[in-house]
Amino acid sequence: MTYIAKPRVDHPGLTRNALGMTRRDYEGALSTLCAGCGHDSVTAAIVRACWEMALPPHRVVKLSGIGCSSKTPAYFLSQSHGINTVHGRMPSVATGAAAANRQLTFMGISGDGDSLSIGLGQFCHAMRRNVRMLYIIENNGVYGLTKGQFSASADIGSKAKKGEINMQPPIDPVLTALTAGATFVARSFSGDKEQLVPLIKAGLSHDGFALIDVLSPCVTFNDHEDSTKSYAFSRQFYHPAVHTDFVAPAEEIRARYDEGASMELELHDGSHLALRKVEPEYDPTDRDGAFVKIHERIQAGEWLTGLLYVETGREEMHGLNNTVHDPLATLPFSALCPGAETLDRTLARYR
Amino acid sequence: MKPTDTQHPDWFHRVVDCQWACPAHTDVPEYIRLIAQGRFTDAYMVNRDSNVFPGILGRVCDRPCEPACRRGRVEDKPVAICRLKRVAADHKGEVAHRLPQAPAKNNGRRIACIGAGPASLTVANDLLPLGYEVTIFEAHGKPGGLMRSNIPSFRLPAETLDEEIGFITGMGAEIRLGHRINSMKALLDEGWDAVFVGSGAPRGKDLQLPGRDEAAANIHIGIDWLESVAFEHTKQIGRRVLIIGVGNTAMDCCRSALRLGAKDVKVMARKPRNFFKASDWELEDAESENVEIVVNHSPKAFVVEDGRLTGMVFEQMAYEFDERGKITGQRVTGERFYPADDVVLAIGQENAFPWIERDLGIEFDKWEVPVVDETTHAATRPGVFFGGDSAFGPKNIIWAVAHGHTAAVSIHLHCEGRELDKRRPRTLKMEPRKMGLHEWAYSNDFDPLERRLVPHVELKKRFRRLDIEVELGFAAEQAAQEVQRCLNCDVQTVFTASLCIECDACIDICPVDCLGILPNGDEHSLRQGLKAPANNLEQPFFVSEPLKQTGRVMVKDENLCVHCGLCAERCPTDAWDMQKSHVRLPYAADEEPLCPDKQRRSA
Ligand SMILES: Cc1cc2nc3c(=O)[nH]c(=O)nc-3n(C[C@H](O)[C@H](O)[C@H](O)COP(=O)(O)OP(=O)(O)OC[C@H]3O[C@@H](n4cnc5c(N)ncnc54)[C@H](O)[C@@H]3O)c2cc1C
Ligand SMILES: Cc1ncc(C[n+]2csc(CCOP(=O)(O)OP(=O)(O)O)c2C)c(N)n1
Ligand code: SF4
Ligand code: SF4
Ligand code: SF4
Ligand SMILES: [Mg+2]
Repeated sequence: MTYIAKPRVDHPGLTRNALGMTRRDYEGALSTLCAGCGHDSVTAAIVRACWEMALPPHRVVKLSGIGCSSKTPAYFLSQSHGINTVHGRMPSVATGAAAANRQLTFMGISGDGDSLSIGLGQFCHAMRRNVRMLYIIENNGVYGLTKGQFSASADIGSKAKKGEINMQPPIDPVLTALTAGATFVARSFSGDKEQLVPLIKAGLSHDGFALIDVLSPCVTFNDHEDSTKSYAFSRQFYHPAVHTDFVAPAEEIRARYDEGASMELELHDGSHLALRKVEPEYDPTDRDGAFVKIHERIQAGEWLTGLLYVETGREEMHGLNNTVHDPLATLPFSALCPGAETLDRTLARYR
Repeated sequence: MKPTDTQHPDWFHRVVDCQWACPAHTDVPEYIRLIAQGRFTDAYMVNRDSNVFPGILGRVCDRPCEPACRRGRVEDKPVAICRLKRVAADHKGEVAHRLPQAPAKNNGRRIACIGAGPASLTVANDLLPLGYEVTIFEAHGKPGGLMRSNIPSFRLPAETLDEEIGFITGMGAEIRLGHRINSMKALLDEGWDAVFVGSGAPRGKDLQLPGRDEAAANIHIGIDWLESVAFEHTKQIGRRVLIIGVGNTAMDCCRSALRLGAKDVKVMARKPRNFFKASDWELEDAESENVEIVVNHSPKAFVVEDGRLTGMVFEQMAYEFDERGKITGQRVTGERFYPADDVVLAIGQENAFPWIERDLGIEFDKWEVPVVDETTHAATRPGVFFGGDSAFGPKNIIWAVAHGHTAAVSIHLHCEGRELDKRRPRTLKMEPRKMGLHEWAYSNDFDPLERRLVPHVELKKRFRRLDIEVELGFAAEQAAQEVQRCLNCDVQTVFTASLCIECDACIDICPVDCLGILPNGDEHSLRQGLKAPANNLEQPFFVSEPLKQTGRVMVKDENLCVHCGLCAERCPTDAWDMQKSHVRLPYAADEEPLCPDKQRRSA
């Protein structure tokens, strides 16, 4: 970690977004993570994405569980709402918050321990419900905060820093998400912001649950040789399958793409995703096909990355439940609490 | 791009903008840190090593370092480098015992210097400790050159001059005052081992316009007039004074005129303000004393009535500019008369050598300027050297000092019978600044403080005498704040490519977006590839060896690096480190072959 605060001295050439804010206005407190932790890079990517999208920080809610990864919401968007929940319980708090106010932007940050070990059930149900949120797992194969025990995403044969070898099969968040019905499933790497930043923007614009599993090396407990989540290993075995360009609502699509290898998707808010497929036969809108391909490649020891599956048009939680449009906090008291008489009448129905 | 050779002694030197811009390459950040620690005497000695006259220069240096200073790009205003130098000089303790000493026995070689200006004095300063006998011939009755005769005492007090020149005479320089050299031939015939010409650029330009000769009694050449004021031959001037020209000499003329009784002083400029030659601070000082600067007036004639000057007629000018602000056309829009009792011409100086015979093997070019080698300062006759304003035309004190150091090396090599261009190169030493985890041996916090202002003597009080020094120097508290503005540009970011794991931590933390890891390409693509494109092409741009994991390269734009050390602090592998660069300039003493362990430098 660092003790010197990042000084508030700006590059005079720093540009401002539509809200008149610089990238630095989207930063947060000084990170207390280990120097070189992948999670800090993800933080930087989030800062960049939110700045580029000109999100008003006070309309964003950051949620997390417990872990080094879950500490990071403190390090970006210091002007946003935030909550550190109990370990593994962020998805249900996010679901509740989203239920109470569907007009905010929700961003959950979790770890592989937080989401795949203790919080696996919560994680799956948020996807099933299609809660409209961006859900980032900063995946390092270990419990960083508690000193590097294997997490549920550790690969068979991966060696811990002290030498022991993991023998249990990993839970892969991407395959899990595909089975649980998630509508936006992506994988990326903390060391590749060119890929990660557009994915974050796309995920924040998706009308439903958007998962990004980010390989994010733990430089202290899981960056040694024989680790399958180190910087060197991730770089060697990650294969971008689909490049995603995010095109904001008012912008024009400028780049030209080869036909066949590219496809374009419109999101509910008018923004577009331009997908450039590195592997032409890969189809990111075919859930079963995607599952098979990703699974095959995992068996071969490779990480397919990019936007691996996307489904637009499916109802998100509010649509499914036909809830009110306005935030609960803005409803009149009489609407929120219809009174003892109505309660009695309702209860009477069950007698 | 090819990987940067950071071993080249100029690489890190260039990053220290102030030191690179200083003709004498004064180690500015080092002395600023010493001031911050209250070690004023040490700060003075670091200065003296390279610029010889810290007290003088701390007041009147032309300060090429300040426009170059990185702080001026990060914010608006550079560090007050010059004023801090004065702080070191004002607060220093006893230095006599730390000055270089002449050895008990001299080396039997005799050097003649012509003129006791800063150039000759520097030559003496460098050669005396090596045992040379140095004799300086000076036409005036006091040493110092233009520093004494032209820079007014309200900017540079005589005591400061006396003290710092005294350090050199104290080493045994013999100054023959009132001794003008009228024949170079005669001097050379005396058999000196080497002759150094430091006679300055003593001729002020005249302005031949109608009425010039009739009004001669009230028309003064700026540098001659200032000299006569300095030596108290001139003690008054008329009520209304026009100064022609708007360079630094003009500023000294107008302010001196106010002190000799003038009430209405106007500086007449031919062009608009952004074409003025005078430094901003000199203009500011003059204007704060209510000198009026009149732009776009080109002198046409002196007006004489009854044999006496009554004023001048000017043509009023209008200019056209291109988009870069360069003048592309001009026209006269009218004429105007300005009444005046006296006119001072401050339109430039040139060097003149009527006393150097042209058959001595000392070549002059077609403008009557001596042919002088730019790196050795040698004239075309072996054993004759030029430096200061006499060498390449009027410059300033710090250039004269830099020339003096270089010429001293040449004189020493000449006397040793060695080749003048086989000189020692500059060297660079790097020293780690890491003390432990999160501990660095320098103050790396960025202090957002604005530049401190130097206090001045009240307007009402300063005109009573010519020699009331107007600037007071920083008070202790201001100095303590101003030193914190220095970015420690000499504490360098040093990169080891083989250690980098490409985690991006340094790139993400850098407050001013200096860093990037990019696929290698041409300079343009790399400079544009940074989050904040590196558009200042004058600033160094670092490119590493290929990185281990991806073969990409680490690049760094030095332009706005605030040397906070956060990249090194954040790097998990110490691929970035902070190290202090020491640039060592070779002086005459460093060339000395006989006793290599003798240190010219102060500890
Ligand atoms: C009005 C004015 C203001 C200035 N203000 C500044 C300032 O604020 N800051 C700054 O850095 N620079 C300033 N300068 C410039 C600076 O003073 C000179 O660049 C510098 O002094 C040059 O040093 P030098 O050693 O080459 O010669 P000089 O300082 O010119 O000294 C030459 C000496 O040689 C003597 N001499 C000449 N011919 C002979 C001879 N034949 N025999 C014997 N002696 C001889 C002269 O009498 C003189 O004393 C100013 C100049 C002027 C005119
Ligand atoms: C209920 C509960 N059980 C266990 C813990 C101990 N604990 C803290 S963080 C953590 C694992 C975090 O791992 P991960 O989510 O992968 O985060 P990382 O630190 O690796 O980023 C555990 C088990 C806890 N804080 N609360
Ligand atoms: S322990 Fe690992 S995950 Fe936690 S901050 Fe350090 S490097 Fe990052
Ligand atoms: S900030 Fe300090 S070291 Fe850097 S150029 Fe300015 S004075 Fe020199
Ligand atoms: S912090 Fe160190 S290891 Fe990481 S990218 Fe920068 S130099 Fe490389
Ligand atoms: Mg983890």
